[in-house]
Amino acid sequence: MLAEFGYGVLVVTFIVTLYSGFAAIYGAQNNSASIVESARRAQLITFPLITIAAGTLIYLLVNNHFEVAFVYEVTSRSMPTYLKVTAWWGGQAGSLVFWSWLLAVFTSAVTLRKWERDAEFLPWVILVSSITLAFFVGMVVFYENPFARYWVINGDVQPSMFPPAGTTLFTPQDGQGLNPLLRHPGMVIHPPMLYLGFVSFVIPYAFAMAALITGRTDDRWIRITRRWSLWAWLFLSLGLVLGGRWAYDVLGWGGYWGWDPVEIAAFMPWLTGTAFLHSVMIQEKRGLLKHWNMILVILTYALVIFGTFLTRSGVLSSVHAFANSPIGPFFMGFVSLTFIASLALVIKRWPELRSETEMKSMLSREALFLLNNLLFISILVVCFWGVIYPLISELATGSKVTVGPPYYERATAPLFAGLLFLMAVAPLSAWGHSTVQTLGRAIWKSAVAALIVTGIAFATFTKNVVALVGFFLIALVLFATLHEFWRGAVARQKAQNENIFTALYRLMARNRRRYGGYIIHISMALMAIGILGIEVFQAETQGQLATGEKLDISGYTVEYKEVAQWDNVPEQVNYTRATVDVYRDGIFIGQLHPRKDMYFSGQPMSIPGQYSTLRDDLYVLLVDWEPISNAGATFKIYVNPLVNWMWIGSLTFLIGLAFASWPDRDPADEPVRRRVTRDTKQTSAAD
Amino acid sequence: MQRTKFILGGLLILAAVVYLIVSSTQASQEYFMTVDELKAEGASVVGKSVRLSGAVIGDSIQYDAENLSLTFDIVHVTGDNNEIEAQGGLAEVLHQAVTDTSRKRITVHYVGPQPDLLRNEAQAIITGKLGEDGVFQAEELLLKCPTRYEEAVPEQASTN
Repeated sequence: MLAEFGYGVLVVTFIVTLYSGFAAIYGAQNNSASIVESARRAQLITFPLITIAAGTLIYLLVNNHFEVAFVYEVTSRSMPTYLKVTAWWGGQAGSLVFWSWLLAVFTSAVTLRKWERDAEFLPWVILVSSITLAFFVGMVVFYENPFARYWVINGDVQPSMFPPAGTTLFTPQDGQGLNPLLRHPGMVIHPPMLYLGFVSFVIPYAFAMAALITGRTDDRWIRITRRWSLWAWLFLSLGLVLGGRWAYDVLGWGGYWGWDPVEIAAFMPWLTGTAFLHSVMIQEKRGLLKHWNMILVILTYALVIFGTFLTRSGVLSSVHAFANSPIGPFFMGFVSLTFIASLALVIKRWPELRSETEMKSMLSREALFLLNNLLFISILVVCFWGVIYPLISELATGSKVTVGPPYYERATAPLFAGLLFLMAVAPLSAWGHSTVQTLGRAIWKSAVAALIVTGIAFATFTKNVVALVGFFLIALVLFATLHEFWRGAVARQKAQNENIFTALYRLMARNRRRYGGYIIHISMALMAIGILGIEVFQAETQGQLATGEKLDISGYTVEYKEVAQWDNVPEQVNYTRATVDVYRDGIFIGQLHPRKDMYFSGQPMSIPGQYSTLRDDLYVLLVDWEPISNAGATFKIYVNPLVNWMWIGSLTFLIGLAFASWPDRDPADEPVRRRVTRDTKQTSAAD
Repeated sequence: MQRTKFILGGLLILAAVVYLIVSSTQASQEYFMTVDELKAEGASVVGKSVRLSGAVIGDSIQYDAENLSLTFDIVHVTGDNNEIEAQGGLAEVLHQAVTDTSRKRITVHYVGPQPDLLRNEAQAIITGKLGEDGVFQAEELLLKCPTRYEEAVPEQASTN
């Protein structure tokens, strides 16, 4: 009964989204405010509707309704309640409902805003969000139904929504349960974060389309959606970092990023989104790059839809697996259709999106921002090429050829290095015009300091060229950015006669986007330290140890003590836990307990023992052991230098983003001013 | 004048990116092969980077924990997804492959800890090189148990 009810609500939602889309077009074309209002209300109803459907699904999940195929696939009796709730996004059908629900939340929030000044956008924003929502709800209604139940049809058990007459319901005793690898706090919040990021990018896209359709192509759409884009970017970044942390803690291979197609699928919209966040500033300040911003937001939307599909379809290492999923062609069809339609709109409005000024100097802030954009897009192209290369090579030569992590590392490393360099230099350049001299004057102190740091690194611990270049660039970003804080604070201190801390605080509070951005740049440099550490300096060793035997690695000594083994019946798992003593440079620093969990279902899971400091992480994996005697156990040990800076950088990143997007004055309330077309030299502090 | 500079700069960047992509692709490309294809190529692929896919035969897994030396056999599975679909999905295809003794098999050798997902009827995607002795020397193992996202029908079905 409940399953039919949930499905019925979804069908109603689908019809409502279609209505709201058609009403929006009809209302806009006939200039009828009341029909547009009706479309807006229809849009608002989708939120409670999907909430009811989702609530029904959660009820079925929590109460062990295993006759429902989706519940059977993702939950089992032994799972705690909170995991049963989060199993909602543990499988494809459920996560499509989850996606739709988030989109309904966001579109409702958008339709509730004050529209007086932007009434002409309203129908088109409703149209774009309705089409997107209709697509996802339609996918659930027609292809990936989470409410289908098991029926005995001709002696076979099959999931079906509308079984033939005379068949009986089949209820399994217990479900398969969520894969234990996914029962981790990081994995519980990682998909929602990623999805939040994906879904929030739909809003800037919707406004961009509204701007193109209505021809109101000034900066209004960018100002309205500035905060949406920032939040979208925040969630997407968080999702990526959490995924990395989960891999590091649970997957037991000593790393956090493997250039897997699924990871790349989530990374690609991040790249275009980051480029977009930067280039909208150029449009706001200088009236340049308008075509480019439209194309970026369209690309981001397309990659978000594409990423949603890839991250949930279970594609592991072959793009060919696409066709496997029955919904694959529909996703590709939808992405292509919206992409082509959006591009057609951009071309139609091409003359109106002309730049208001010209770019004059190769070293001006806007030119460096453009370069930054090109680097992000180049990384995107590298990633996209890597993902589709097997398809291309098969078409061209007949043999399947793939590229692995070395391809991505080799091709993206110089591009990332270029981004770091720009991160140091671009904030020091002036709008309109900069020269080598003005830039050199602004950066030479930071460059000298960075050279000293690199020299110390060379003298004390590494002769590796890649590492030295990396350290130089990271130090340059850190010094140049901190110097900017210092310069601004000192200038204000003198001008306003405040003490330096008040001056710094007020300076930052009055330029939130600018200084929040700088904090984010510092975070990126910190994360780069961690990435460089693990890419260049990771050390590993492995060996079988009898009790009391030791393994040495990078100044650490690991001594094997004992292994214990026991069952945890309610959790359906057998634990094997080793105890090792850890010494650093001969001094005892503590014990670690690497674990091997063997689920009764046959799924093993390796939990590393980690000793984590700012200098490095000692990461000990229990590989194997002698079951009866305590004679010996095999360990694999990694030392991951500097990897903690990755997580520290993610935390400061959050602080920077919170600071930048803190609600003081909604950018949407700012009037769209005429830009002053300035060609005179200015200091970079005059933002 | 400025315009030419910008266009030149843009072309330079484009050339650099194209160079990066082309050279990195050549340096790290791997042939994607099934067991049948690898056997058919024979000696010509010895020493080349290959990404080999197949189904793991559970009984053949041997692990020497002391030397972290892992050997197992994989059996041919088609690489064509339409064919996989036609034969009832990946889980079914893997199951048939492992039970069919007439299919071609190859022994894989790997040094390192035994991966958690290495078990009977898992889909293995193995990066490495074919040795002179016909044993495939693996550098990286990727394993996938297809039951999770597939439409697995409850096992109790058969008893009903």
